[in-house]
Amino acid sequence: MVAEHVADQITQPKTAQTASGKERHAASLSRTPLDEPVTDWNRQHLLDVDTFSKDEILRVLSTASAMAEVLDRSVARTPALRGVTIFNLFYEASTRTRSSFELAGKILGADVINVSGSGSSVEKGESLVETLNTLSAVGADAVVMRHHASGAPWLAARTIDGHVINAGDGQHAHPTQALLDAYILLQEFGDLSGRKVVIVGDILHSRVARSNLWSLTTLGAEVTLVAPRPLLPSALASGAAEREHPLSLPPVRVESDLDQAIVGADAVMTLRIQNERLRGKLLPSSAEFARRYQLTQERMELAAPDAIVMHPGPMNEGVEIAVDVAHSPQSRIEAQVSAGLAIRMAVLFLLIRGSA
Amino acid sequence: MLTSMDAAAMERAVTRVAHEIVERHPDPERLMLVGMRTRGVPLAERLALRIERIDGRRIAVGAIDISLYRDDLAQRPHARMQPSRIPEDIDGAVIVLVDDVLFTGRSIRAALDALIHYGRPAVIELAVLVDRGHRELPIRADYVGKNIPTRRGDDVRVSLLEADGEDLVGIYEERVSRGC
Repeated sequence: MVAEHVADQITQPKTAQTASGKERHAASLSRTPLDEPVTDWNRQHLLDVDTFSKDEILRVLSTASAMAEVLDRSVARTPALRGVTIFNLFYEASTRTRSSFELAGKILGADVINVSGSGSSVEKGESLVETLNTLSAVGADAVVMRHHASGAPWLAARTIDGHVINAGDGQHAHPTQALLDAYILLQEFGDLSGRKVVIVGDILHSRVARSNLWSLTTLGAEVTLVAPRPLLPSALASGAAEREHPLSLPPVRVESDLDQAIVGADAVMTLRIQNERLRGKLLPSSAEFARRYQLTQERMELAAPDAIVMHPGPMNEGVEIAVDVAHSPQSRIEAQVSAGLAIRMAVLFLLIRGSA
Repeated sequence: MLTSMDAAAMERAVTRVAHEIVERHPDPERLMLVGMRTRGVPLAERLALRIERIDGRRIAVGAIDISLYRDDLAQRPHARMQPSRIPEDIDGAVIVLVDDVLFTGRSIRAALDALIHYGRPAVIELAVLVDRGHRELPIRADYVGKNIPTRRGDDVRVSLLEADGEDLVGIYEERVSRGC
C-alpha cells in the first residue's frame, strides 16, 4: 500500500507548472496520501541498505521526492539543517558523490567541510580513528565518508557520537547509490515486484552492485548478475546459476552470458570496468570484455521494449557501454545523477532530523 | 472530547470564508490558494470549489510542506515530508494560505518562509478553519471559519472527510500529544 503511494508521489511530473489545467493539478494534489502512518525513523547512521526494511527504503524515497521539488524552487535553499556541521571525509576520488553530498548539505542549510585524503593530516600518517576524533572535537554533527577499506564507516560509527554516512567503502557498500537507483526504478515502473534487473560488469569489485542487491531484492525485483567468471565474487562464480547462496547475499541469479541474461530485462545496470583495480590480471583486455559484455544497442533490443539503461558512473564509453546506448532515450544515466542529489538530501535530513 | 464544529457547521464556515475571499478580491487575476500540509490542502480545495460555485472562477490550488522550515526541528522528530506543489508562477500573485488550526503562529511563519523561496507574491493572506488563540508570533488570520477560545494545554483536532473519514472539530481538554 505504502509502495503505491510512494510510487504515485515520485512518478508525478516534478514540474507541476507543465500541468495543462488547474483541475488536473487539483486532482494530483488530493492523490497524495494525507495521513500515511508515520513509521518511526530511528537510524542514526547509513552504513548499508542490507538491514533496511521495505518501509524504510520507501520512506527515504518518498522524502527524496519531496526534496526533488525543493530543487525546482527559485531559491533552492532551506534552513532545515541550519547550525549543523557536516564533514565530507573522502579518502578516494569522487566527483558526483562528493559534490552531491556537499550540495545536498548546503541546500538544507548545513555547513559542509570537505576533507580529502590528500592535503590533510592523513598524508602525515594520521590514523582514521585520530582523524575522526579530530572531526568530533571540532564539532562534526555528521561525517560522510568514503574509504578504500571495506568496513571503515562501521569503525567510524563506533568511534564518533554523530551520524556516519557511508559514501562508499572499498568493494563493500554504496548505500546512497543503491537508494538513488531504486528511486529511478520506482519512478519508472511504480512497483518493482517481479521486475527483472540485470547488473552487468565488474561485480567482483563493485560496492554499487552489492548494495543494489539488497535494496532491489527487498523491493521485490528479480536480480541477475552477469560477469565473466573472474569478475564474480568467488562464492558466486563457483556454483551453477540460480541457487541460494551460502554467503551473506540475498538470492540472485548468476549468468555469464549477457545475451541470454538480458532477454526480457526491465532494466540493465552496467558497471564501470575499474582499470585501477584490474591491472590486467583478471581480464585479457578491455576489448575482449567489450566484445562479450558491452551493452550495445543490439543487446538492448533483446530486453523488454520499455527497458531502461543505468550506470553509476563514471562511464568508460566504448568499454562496458556503447556510446549510443549511454545517450539513448532509454538511458537514465543523467537522471541518476540528479536523483542522487535528492536522495542525499533525504538521507541527511532523515538521519539528522528524523529523531530528536 | 467536546464537539466544536460538526460537518454542517464546517460546511457553512468554508462557504462563508469563500464568499469573503471573493468579496475581497473581486477581480483576482492572480489568486492562488495554497494549503498547508496536511489538512490545509483539502480545505484549500474545498474553498476553490466554493469559489467556483459562487462566481465561476477557477482558482489554482497549491500545497506547501513546511517540514524543512519548522523552528522546532532540533527539538522533536519531524513528520513525514511530502512534496510541495506550487502550480503557477508566484511572482505578483495574490496567495491565500490555508490551514486548519491557527495556534502559536509558528507553522504560518514557516510557511511564509517556504513560500517566498518560490518568488515574490504581491500579497499573502491567511485563511484558517479555526483560530484557537495563544499566538507566539505577530501573526493574524484574514479569514477565520470559527474562533474557539481554548486553554493553552487543550488540544484542538480537525478531522476532514478527505483525510480522516469525517468532518469534525473536537476539543480535547486533556493534553494529548499530536503532530501538526
